Amino acid sequence: METKQAENTTQPQEIPKLTALVLEKFPGRVTARHTCLGDETITIPREGMLEVFAFLRDDKHCRFNLMVDLTAVDYLGLRETRFELVVHLKSLALGHRLRVKIPVPAEDPSVDSLINLWGAVDWYERECFDMYGLIFKNHPNLKRLILYDSFVGHPLRKDYPIHLQQPRVTLRPVRERYDYMCRVMKDPSETEQPPL
Amino acid sequence: MKPIMGQGEFVTTRLDSLINWSRKYSLFQYPFVTACCGMEYMASNASHYDQSRFGAEIPRFSPRQADVLWVVGTINHKIAPVLLRVYEQMAHPKWVISFGACASSGGFYQNYSVVQGIDRLIPVDVYIAGCPPRPEAVLDGIVALQNLIAERGPTGTSGKNPRQTKEVLTLSRQ
Amino acid sequence: MKRLKPLEFGAEPMLIEIGPSHPATHGINRLSTLIDGEVVVGMDVEMGFLHRGFEKESENSTYVQVVPYTDRLNYVSPLLNNLAYSMTVEKLFGLEVPRRAQYARVIMGEVTRVCDHLTCNGAMAMEFGAMTVFLWFIKAREYLWELLDEVTGARLTVNWTRFGGNANDLPDGFLTMLEERLKKVEDVLTEGEKMLFKNKIFIDRLKGIGIIPRERAIELGFTGPMLRATGEPYDVRRAEPYLVYDELDFEIPVGETGDCWDRFLVRNEEMRQSIHIVRQAADKLPPGDYINRQRNAWIPDKSEVYGSIEGLIDHFKIIMEGSTPPPGEVYHAIEGGNGELGFYLVSDGTGKPYKCRLRPPCLNYVAALPEMTIGHYVGDIVPIFGSINMIAGELER
Repeated sequence: METKQAENTTQPQEIPKLTALVLEKFPGRVTARHTCLGDETITIPREGMLEVFAFLRDDKHCRFNLMVDLTAVDYLGLRETRFELVVHLKSLALGHRLRVKIPVPAEDPSVDSLINLWGAVDWYERECFDMYGLIFKNHPNLKRLILYDSFVGHPLRKDYPIHLQQPRVTLRPVRERYDYMCRVMKDPSETEQPPL
Repeated sequence: MKPIMGQGEFVTTRLDSLINWSRKYSLFQYPFVTACCGMEYMASNASHYDQSRFGAEIPRFSPRQADVLWVVGTINHKIAPVLLRVYEQMAHPKWVISFGACASSGGFYQNYSVVQGIDRLIPVDVYIAGCPPRPEAVLDGIVALQNLIAERGPTGTSGKNPRQTKEVLTLSRQ
Repeated sequence: MKRLKPLEFGAEPMLIEIGPSHPATHGINRLSTLIDGEVVVGMDVEMGFLHRGFEKESENSTYVQVVPYTDRLNYVSPLLNNLAYSMTVEKLFGLEVPRRAQYARVIMGEVTRVCDHLTCNGAMAMEFGAMTVFLWFIKAREYLWELLDEVTGARLTVNWTRFGGNANDLPDGFLTMLEERLKKVEDVLTEGEKMLFKNKIFIDRLKGIGIIPRERAIELGFTGPMLRATGEPYDVRRAEPYLVYDELDFEIPVGETGDCWDRFLVRNEEMRQSIHIVRQAADKLPPGDYINRQRNAWIPDKSEVYGSIEGLIDHFKIIMEGSTPPPGEVYHAIEGGNGELGFYLVSDGTGKPYKCRLRPPCLNYVAALPEMTIGHYVGDIVPIFGSINMIAGELER
């Protein structure tokens, strides 16, 4: 889909600045990169991604302090690794943007959570889990965010048909919800879905 | 004037029409506002297209105190049981206005999460079409509801059944 | 979400649910609040009650069929969503928009930004009982909606931008109409300020409530008026200028403490700055075409459609299959009413987007709601929630 350029062939154009910084610090980690349409993009493997993100946040030439967006794309049938986690970052001090992509295979759809680096990813990761089924390790409470507990499946995957409606839900008794909420208030890392 | 209560004596019929007259000109609303139609609902309540000249001004945010349930905006599967509970908590006589295309039929959202019309859940009296309906259409809907009340009386929606539809595809039939 | 504090009297805190259907007109959320007397000690926010499947629907629609869906995202400022999406697709195509269309987009975009802030501030005032100010602001919004009606044909769901420009040109007599309405809106703003800015009750209810300091706000991903109220002057119109904002002169209001009062003031001043921008753009409006009709992006002019066979074929292909951008991925952000409104589009070369993702500005604010509310009183939940300007259509798409 986008042009993949390996890093050790001779390039007609020069390597953009941020990609060069990452390549210098983590040689061999960047598997693909492009700057189509002005958006600088790098692809890194999911092993060791936390180090790369920590470098991007803390290094004085990068300083990506604003987590703009975290989402996933499902390339069912088009690529070998089915999912791709896409992270957009922005630096408020230096003004540049970067997109980081991490391929995630369908057999083991789990990645490390970035919650310790940017507090903003809490709900973004919950939404990714809800819509795509990606599991974020070390996330404090990975529950569904947008859909309800009796929903079966992950709707934004390409094999979920759009017109498939699920059976109607009924409200649970109030006592069940009350007990659940009291548990959640005492222990916020409760990962059970809230009853509707 | 068809007699609805009693045996059709003169006094009962005139009493009927007096009660209907007083009901239709003092409708207390419960605005169950979810989405973009809420903006037009606010606009039709505000000073430019005033709804209170039809008597239908006061929003009562408790279902026990309201007559008319305005379902404004898209209803999806997560909020559907809440809507049903609010409807059941309202006291008889009650009427339901389905405001907007999404509440009437699902609008242009036909996917896994939107209920294709609230008349699959609760019986509806007046449908106001539009996406979102212009405030003039809203006022037209209120007048239609008032005519309905004057004609049909206090039965409200309790004599009607929601549209019986078969449940759409289950997961096994993909 | 914080843990429970040890209680003095050993009484159990009470759990109340500020449930999905509540009168704050911003949308539907369930706030499960744990209160100890009048103090909020715990809160859990549940959303998803307006999830309408925007991303899944857009994967099943052609590029231009997604534009009405974007109207309904942030439904208080719909034209800004149209703008963000169309500009993202134009970036994918590499289209150049004519200058007249750019100025027209700036004018109408800023008018809808004023509508957004009027609704937010008005609803916030109404929730305190200042019903008069709400009615005044809605009256002002009606003036602007009539203007939108004249230009685009619809009051709320405008669906006005196309790929390469706009759906139609600004009508005759637009500039005089614009000026008289802007004057009326400014009068209403002045009246509202006189009513509220020296009102001790109003200020006390907002000052010092819901503070998020600057560093924490950046960590939580805040953008837009919420971030500017904390003191960080980040505005996409200045940081990465799009359309013709680099030719216009405006200031960015920035707050100090990041409480609800600062956010209210920031939005109020932004309205005045938007009116200033509109006046400048109306003065500088150049003559020209209103759309750049590139052949694979949008349908040709009707005279060509009915006059030549190529025009007819192009029209047919674009309506039936959709505009076909080159394959690739793109992210573009504009300054929406609430913050950085960005679209991430992945295209596979067919007429339907492979993925169309909206970056919702209010997701971060609502996720931070427990942090802002815990420790305050129950009566402070409403101001904090109102100052967030949570629009459920954008939050849950």
